[in-house]
Amino acid sequence: MELTNYLVLAAILFAIGATTVLLRRNAIIVFMGIELMLNATNLTFVTFARMHGDLHGQVIAFFVMVVAAAEVVVGLAIIVAIFRTRRSASVDDVNLLKN
Amino acid sequence: MTPAAAFVAPVIEWAYLVPVLVILGAGVVGVLVEAFVPDRARRVVQVVLALAALAGALTSIVLLWPDVLAQNGVRVLGGALVVDPFGLAVQGIVVVLALLATLVIADRTSTKQDAFAPTAAAVPGSAYEDLARRRGLEQTEVFPLVLFAVGGMMIFPATGDLLTMFVALEVLSLPLYVLTALARRRRLLSQEASFKYFLLGAFASAIFIFGVALVYGFAGSVRLADVRGALLEGGGLDGMTGLVLLGLVMVLTGLLFKVGAAPFHSWTPDVYQGAPTPVTGFMAACTKAAAFGALLRVLYVVGQALPADLQEKLVIALWVVAILTMIVGTVIGVIQTDMKRLLAYSSIAHAGFLVVALVGFGELSGFGVRALLFYLLAYGLATVGAFAVVTLVRERAPQPVVVPAEAELATVGAVSGAGTGGSAGPSSTSPDGGVVLGEATHLTEWAGLGKRSPWLAGAFALFLLSMAGIPLTAGFIAKFTAFQSAVAVGAWPLALIGVLASAVAVFFYVRVIVLMFFTPSPRAAAEGTSEAPSDAAEVAGPDLGTTGGTAGPGSAVAALASRVTVVRSEGFTTIAITICVIGVILLGVLPSSVLDLAFEAAKFRP
Repeated sequence: MELTNYLVLAAILFAIGATTVLLRRNAIIVFMGIELMLNATNLTFVTFARMHGDLHGQVIAFFVMVVAAAEVVVGLAIIVAIFRTRRSASVDDVNLLKN
Repeated sequence: MTPAAAFVAPVIEWAYLVPVLVILGAGVVGVLVEAFVPDRARRVVQVVLALAALAGALTSIVLLWPDVLAQNGVRVLGGALVVDPFGLAVQGIVVVLALLATLVIADRTSTKQDAFAPTAAAVPGSAYEDLARRRGLEQTEVFPLVLFAVGGMMIFPATGDLLTMFVALEVLSLPLYVLTALARRRRLLSQEASFKYFLLGAFASAIFIFGVALVYGFAGSVRLADVRGALLEGGGLDGMTGLVLLGLVMVLTGLLFKVGAAPFHSWTPDVYQGAPTPVTGFMAACTKAAAFGALLRVLYVVGQALPADLQEKLVIALWVVAILTMIVGTVIGVIQTDMKRLLAYSSIAHAGFLVVALVGFGELSGFGVRALLFYLLAYGLATVGAFAVVTLVRERAPQPVVVPAEAELATVGAVSGAGTGGSAGPSSTSPDGGVVLGEATHLTEWAGLGKRSPWLAGAFALFLLSMAGIPLTAGFIAKFTAFQSAVAVGAWPLALIGVLASAVAVFFYVRVIVLMFFTPSPRAAAEGTSEAPSDAAEVAGPDLGTTGGTAGPGSAVAALASRVTVVRSEGFTTIAITICVIGVILLGVLPSSVLDLAFEAAKFRP
């Protein structure tokens, strides 16, 4: 199969992730959108690594996974702290700081 | 040949890693201190450890400087880290500013309470939180978190490849998200700020790393030097320079988000307002220095090698960002009524002036780099100092009992009672009676501060004048060199807009100074109600709207007057403010040696 197909798929996944971040209201879903963007990036890295015949891109994918895991740790902690205070994980309810 | 024989151990130049290793090592030790040192001694140990690590890193940077300058930069860890004069200079600026900011973070003031929640895990307003507060618990994890963030900030501008840059970006961001959520008072605002910062920050990181993937797709490597080589010698994919431009734009988007440049600035005011004030000072100064360092490195190493037509497009994009940032920062800054938000918009405007210094990245003169380094130092000193002053000006409830509903409403806006959770404690009685609450951030509460605390108000006025760019302060020289570097590459319209934006910005800085020194304090006005009632009522007017007081202006003004006090520092903040004042004046009066130093640092090793 043509390798560029994977790139197109990765671009579509990235766009879906970005759209999710911008449009959805639930913090957890927004967060899933960000994870989808990171995974689309991984697919891009791996595909380009194959095209270049170079292993670096595949190693980078591991780094991205680790960073994504670290982000989950901090991010879910913050979301849970907010949820325990307000009983809601909607990004629309978080609006005290508007001026 | 056996696999073992084929393995070559990597050569690591440990000496050049010392500044970063000291900071990150102290961070790790700090985590162990949390686990093993008894409760009572923990705070002292953490403060000493953090300050010693920062001082040690600064010393090692100074010692490394002549060597690095002579060698014109060294590649460490197989090129992942590039310790060149520019990288080391940015590291030096970050460490100096972090040292000052850590002094402010460590200060508990005369209330004997630091700026952080007793236990961040407790739900605001819960019985558990109340118990933790009465037990006098403290969240000393703040110090290792600050050290990790500083470590990330030091790696960030000295990276040789985009992957290390991404990891450094996360290492500096993740502790900052957590620190933002730790405020002792107004915890709902704090958590909300952290939440916004995290979601937008993670989004920006995802865009950044996708940009890195595209650059990798073009060049087959994430090493900046290789990408540069592929662009100059045509080693990349044929006909795919569009890919590298798109990738570079996405990488720059991630970096511009971190510096808070428009149109990626929307998180800045909210996060600066919600975060604990000492942390705001820390991230406003240090994050900006680190992120501009990284931005400059990407532009100078990769951006410079782009074909002329693509480079032109990139310059146009930077023009748009610079103009938009300057205008948004100053125009929206004018209508702010909250001190921390005002400083946040001022910081956005400064990001715009700094981007002005970047547009000449195509030239090799080094004026832009010199301007940027000097500007970062001048801006950082004024910012850390200004936020340090804000930490000392507090609100006060008249009686040492529960927080009255009125004060609560005024501090949090229309929030449920949980918002002020953690506001009062038994030990936080102010010198003239009453309970000291959080920072008095509303502008009207600063009226007459110059009469009550002339030194503090004078220092704050100096920082504001420096931010405004008045001659004989560091800010003037900084703005002058930044605009000069833009004019040198023919970007005079940018310099013109910059000067106009500065003129508008002077208005809101001077408004605060007038408020502090020439507006009668609400207390004085309340005592002499017959003399100047209209004046005081005018000042207090907008604020009273939020307190919802139906009483006449006189009594309401008296209530306002009893609400503001200045707490004494334990000494740390005083030291930090003094150093910032001296720095701002010295850089303004005798800038030449620092400018020369910055010019020497304008050397890159790709």
